[in-house]
Amino acid sequence: MTKQIIVPFGPQHPVLPEPIHIDLVLEDERVVDAIPSIGYIHRGFEKLVEKREFTEYVYIAERTCGICSFIHGATYCQGIEQIMNIDVPERAQYLRVIWSEFSRLHSHLLWLGLFADAFGFENLFMGAWKTREKVLDFMEETTGGRVIQGTSKVGGVRRDISSERLDRMTKDLDDLDREMKELTDVFLHDDSVRHRLRNVGTISRNDAYHLGAVGPTARGSGVAIDLRKSGYGAYDRLNVQVVTDSCGDCYSRCAVRAKELFTSTDLIRQAVKKIPEGPIDVKVTGAPDGEYFMRAEQPRGELVHYLKGNGSKFLVRSRIRTPTLTNIPPLIKMLQGCELADVPVIVLSIDPCISCTER
Amino acid sequence: MTYLAKSPWIVHYNASSCNGCDIEILAALTPVFDVERFGIINTGNPKHADILLCTGSVNEQNKVPLKNVYDQMPEPKVVIAIGICAATGGIFRECYNVQGGIDKVIPVDVFVPGCAARPESIIDGVVTALGILEKKRAAMLQKGSAEGTKAGETV
Repeated sequence: MTKQIIVPFGPQHPVLPEPIHIDLVLEDERVVDAIPSIGYIHRGFEKLVEKREFTEYVYIAERTCGICSFIHGATYCQGIEQIMNIDVPERAQYLRVIWSEFSRLHSHLLWLGLFADAFGFENLFMGAWKTREKVLDFMEETTGGRVIQGTSKVGGVRRDISSERLDRMTKDLDDLDREMKELTDVFLHDDSVRHRLRNVGTISRNDAYHLGAVGPTARGSGVAIDLRKSGYGAYDRLNVQVVTDSCGDCYSRCAVRAKELFTSTDLIRQAVKKIPEGPIDVKVTGAPDGEYFMRAEQPRGELVHYLKGNGSKFLVRSRIRTPTLTNIPPLIKMLQGCELADVPVIVLSIDPCISCTER
Repeated sequence: MTYLAKSPWIVHYNASSCNGCDIEILAALTPVFDVERFGIINTGNPKHADILLCTGSVNEQNKVPLKNVYDQMPEPKVVIAIGICAATGGIFRECYNVQGGIDKVIPVDVFVPGCAARPESIIDGVVTALGILEKKRAAMLQKGSAEGTKAGETV
């Protein structure tokens, strides 16, 4: 038997924007096992529900993660609204969809850039981030914040988007689509990219399903799960297309995200067409008494906010289960048997978001 | 202005931040803001870096890696704490697992405010840090010449 050596990967590593530590057990150049250890970002803010009023906790829920911040805030609010039986105005629900989909665009473009950086295509990295700035410009214009928006609140949203702005959006989306098409063509059709990603970090449909993969990691292996199909918020009135790919390698996961960019712009177009006039929030009185599991689709997969209240201003328990946490077991499976040089690409291919995972 | 301040290299470490400031640091490095045109390069290797960009409120487990990254950087070096979490712990300061700021673990030279800090203010923070870096270098050279080494020689 070849001698085994252990190579530590992280917590500080050029491809990792966030710290995670993985011990890679190697036999020559081949990874035979990977042992993750987490806890570098654990802040323990779920316990802050005992110190912050449930209406104020939205800000903390939003700061679970800076990348999918809006969706965290909106999911928390939707959970509280379900406990308290609040009827959220239609317009607020549609606005949440619009901002959620813009968050997804920004997250996916960010990931495509980081992924390009991981497989050594610097130019593509810069290109993806350039396109992403357009999405952030829209965010800033409508919410005031680039990455942390703070527009969701219990009972609706804080800001409205004027109808003139919504009218102009269709044209903006066409421009964005054109730019993203150029970008994704490189990811999907460039020979060197394909060569680098095909058959790297393959996981079968069965393994992905049984190890609990969610989001693009699962869809890249042909498991068609997308929480938006379940129709929370205004998604039940929109036509959501689930993008899947069957190969289960890094290329498939990349292709799923590249194609999802266009389903997001499509959803925004549908929402802009259907958005009704009306109020954007309702007055909230009383306090939540009861518990609820709110599930939502984040850019990385299924997000669960468990909330429990006892009729006081402070919740008793909040528990957040984020997609990256469930995507780590499939990641370990992908790493087993790969080559050391492919590790950064494979780790990035699940789109790890460690701040979410450790909270 | 010396060559050091004309092309400072930065290393970035996320010490228990929510990611918001981290992606804004990266945004400052990519087109639109593009600090690379000033010669500022992002490196993954602390041994090549002059400036440490830190985000987050620092938790128990992150203390040692943060200290390690700092210790591995050659002198003169500057630390910039980015975002309100890095300054005081911010919104997370009452959490049970946070230290409440980078300066609880390593000395900080510049604090950049904001939640999340905007790329413009991050660039401003780096520019401020360049002045401090120059001063530290001058002080090191002076100390070196007092001890008998010639100016310009590696100290």
